[in-house]
Amino acid sequence: MKISPYAYILVMAAVTYLIRMIPLALVKKEITSPFVKSFLYYVPYACLAAMTFPAILSATASIWSALAGFIVALIAAYQEQSLLKVALLACTAVFITERAMAFFI
Amino acid sequence: MNRKEWYTKGLKDGIPIAMGYFAVSFTFGMMAVSGGLTIGQAVLISLTNLTSAGQFAGLDIMIAQGSLWEMVLTELIINLRYCLMSFSLSQKLVRDEPWAHRFLVSFGVTDEIFGVSASQPGKVSPFYNYGMMTVAIPGWSLGTLVGGISGSLLPDFLVSALSVAIYGMFLAVIIPPAKKSPSVSGVVIGAMLISTLFAFAPVLNQVSSGFVIIITTVIVAGLAALIAPVPEEE
Repeated sequence: MKISPYAYILVMAAVTYLIRMIPLALVKKEITSPFVKSFLYYVPYACLAAMTFPAILSATASIWSALAGFIVALIAAYQEQSLLKVALLACTAVFITERAMAFFI
Repeated sequence: MNRKEWYTKGLKDGIPIAMGYFAVSFTFGMMAVSGGLTIGQAVLISLTNLTSAGQFAGLDIMIAQGSLWEMVLTELIINLRYCLMSFSLSQKLVRDEPWAHRFLVSFGVTDEIFGVSASQPGKVSPFYNYGMMTVAIPGWSLGTLVGGISGSLLPDFLVSALSVAIYGMFLAVIIPPAKKSPSVSGVVIGAMLISTLFAFAPVLNQVSSGFVIIITTVIVAGLAALIAPVPEEE
């Protein structure tokens, strides 16, 4: 028997929502343990860093354009530019690198 | 900041998230339609799930006509990292807004929205998350729609350039605090090294990307909390 696409979609959506909702809505206590508080303080940095590198290197059409985007973003972020500006500069670096490569290769 | 200011800030910080989402969900829309789903079904998945890895894995199961249990288990494992993020966010959200907001904020706990929200200094209003969700959810759904309608509507070079937006934004979130705090820079470098190890070392590179994020985060944040506990007022 064929399972309806909507049954799959319902199950996917329900499981995904519950995983997000249960810890957020049901943990009512304010945590006092210094270890847990420090752990949670570091979680976003560890998480974002792990998601960024090395994934960024395979995000674009070529590793060279990705590397250009990575370096430009690093510099702009180091200068504390806004999120949008860093993102746009990285996109521009990728674009220029790929155009240049198409021109020369 | 009041609700409106938080919301406006969220809208602004959500723009790079929406751009990155557009590029990723574009691919999702293309793959879903070529796998036999209707455009409406593809968009419905994006609207109701708002997650990348989970949707791609779910799509594979749908195309292969796997069982619903397989779907439950796969989504559970791939999305387990959200459990950690939601737990972290449960401590981060202001406590003077009605609790019901948490049920709505939950829907928008994605890697990106969580990361940006959780790295704000001090407590965060649910309205900040709503601001980001207001641009990120349409970005994700429209990307799926456009990808579903025509895989060739957007030129390749544009998709390629857009794909880097989200990482640029991540760096803009993590680099400034890393500059100021040696322990945060240790966390950033450590996490990048460990995830690189998972990407290239034999055996380790078999681990799915959702798990790599969980394992790396737990190891690095755990070690950092042991070595360099954060002073009280943080």
